[in-house]
Amino acid sequence: MTIGNKNIYFEVCRPGTNTTIQDKGRNHLYHLGITVSGAVDQKNFKLSNLILKNNIDEAVIEFAFQGPLLKLYNGKVAACISGDVIFDIIRNNSNLEKGNCYQIYTLNQGDQIDIKSTKDSLYGYLAIKDGLNFKKVWNSCSINTKAGIGPNNGKKFSIGEKIFIKNEFSDSLKVRQLRYKNSREKIIRVIKGTNFNFFSEKSKKIFFAEPFKITNLVDRMGVRLSGPELENIVNTNIKSEGIVKGTIQVPANGNPIIMLADHGTIGGYPKIATVISADLDNLAQLMPNSEVTFKEVNLEEAEELYKKYLSEIDRYAEILNEFN
Amino acid sequence: MIKNILALGDAAIYCDFGSEVNQEINSRVINYFNQISKLNELKKIEGITNLTPSYNKLIISFDLSITSYLKVRNFISDLKIISHQKISHQSIKIPVCSEGNFALDFERITKITNQSKEQILDLFYQQEYFCYMTGFIAGMPFLGDINEKIRCQRLETPRVNVPEGSVGITEQFTNIYTSESPGGWNIIGNTPLKIFNKLDETKPNLINPGDKITFYPITKTQYDNWK
Repeated sequence: MTIGNKNIYFEVCRPGTNTTIQDKGRNHLYHLGITVSGAVDQKNFKLSNLILKNNIDEAVIEFAFQGPLLKLYNGKVAACISGDVIFDIIRNNSNLEKGNCYQIYTLNQGDQIDIKSTKDSLYGYLAIKDGLNFKKVWNSCSINTKAGIGPNNGKKFSIGEKIFIKNEFSDSLKVRQLRYKNSREKIIRVIKGTNFNFFSEKSKKIFFAEPFKITNLVDRMGVRLSGPELENIVNTNIKSEGIVKGTIQVPANGNPIIMLADHGTIGGYPKIATVISADLDNLAQLMPNSEVTFKEVNLEEAEELYKKYLSEIDRYAEILNEFN
Repeated sequence: MIKNILALGDAAIYCDFGSEVNQEINSRVINYFNQISKLNELKKIEGITNLTPSYNKLIISFDLSITSYLKVRNFISDLKIISHQKISHQSIKIPVCSEGNFALDFERITKITNQSKEQILDLFYQQEYFCYMTGFIAGMPFLGDINEKIRCQRLETPRVNVPEGSVGITEQFTNIYTSESPGGWNIIGNTPLKIFNKLDETKPNLINPGDKITFYPITKTQYDNWK
């Protein structure tokens, strides 16, 4: 049960490297140049909400690498962190509790969450029971920092800023924890791209045979890879056209770039492949220096794999519903 | 009218209207875009999440938990598109200042085109431009076609930050950077006009596909006093 909002908020005591608010993203705006945004790892975002019995698409706090240090004011909340995240709960009386992911914590006025870092992964999520208190922009609370759209004036959080919480939490709470292990699969399944034939026979073979390394250039816009240079025998530019999450573009230098949530809506580089929907969360979580290999699947296989992906989330929803 | 339909991954359809860039092909793309948008609004088709019209392609993104490639493809193939639909357009005038720091690339363009800064600007301002598409970053318009005498390739090394308001040229096109962004176009000036207004949720973009655009020069003083 929740009671009325009393202006409960987290103060950002340390912002972390890239702390934003995200939800499932923003649709129907590509034609205006406004990209989808939304949580990069959709499955972990949804799991954090499911554990709290929230609406599955309730907006959450997303962080990357180093997370924020947040201090709670004016009320009591229930919180859950998903991903592979190292964090502490620092109680008002200075007691320190090591945090477990996929577990609910009750926080009282003056308590702090110290999200030290993500572990062998990039993104983590902090969900609050009933969600955050921000106005939706174009039907979403996702912060798009490139266009300055969304809560916090479309910017990532800085020190001293406030993250408002919808409702005070007033239940006594059973311990609720989900046993979940993230798989960090290094084989990324793709569907051949519309410009696959721009590449030499040798490069086509290499693309599906040799590993590519994830570089340090990873962010919410995309992932840059290095490895064997892919030789384009037709044209290294195309007339700009629409791209989507998962599209793998290859610019003139022969190194692939994979588009993620904040990608530009159109692109002018040839598309060698597109990562299947079921593998996007996993891909986005892979650390710089990881080696990935691409495996071709057909459309039917991709659709089947996505069904499996969705049914896994459904299964966790059921398990959590039986909990209490 | 669509020459080829392909899958762009498992959650988008790639409609190919041809390889050339001209207003006729682009108008067909926009016609399809308008009619599918309307059917989507009227909920005559399920699961469409985004439509991206460009020079000569239309990408239709969909929610794979609701629909699939085959279903959307069949819908598109069976679609009775009303041709010769008038595409509504506005005429918009954009002030541009090419003084001082606003004109970043004249040295380069002069070298490539053998035209003086004055000649380049004269040729640039003479023309009325057609908006083919908006995108890449929010509200960025892609306009064409610019005079053949002032066409040049994009920068070899793109800038990390092109200032907001910059007016760029590349090949047959000109664009406006609606917010600070990385970019490789040759910058010839800057407009004080707000091209993308995030506070207007119904019509955030000043310039939309099909619109006719002319540019006119202003001084730095006029630029500074623009409200």
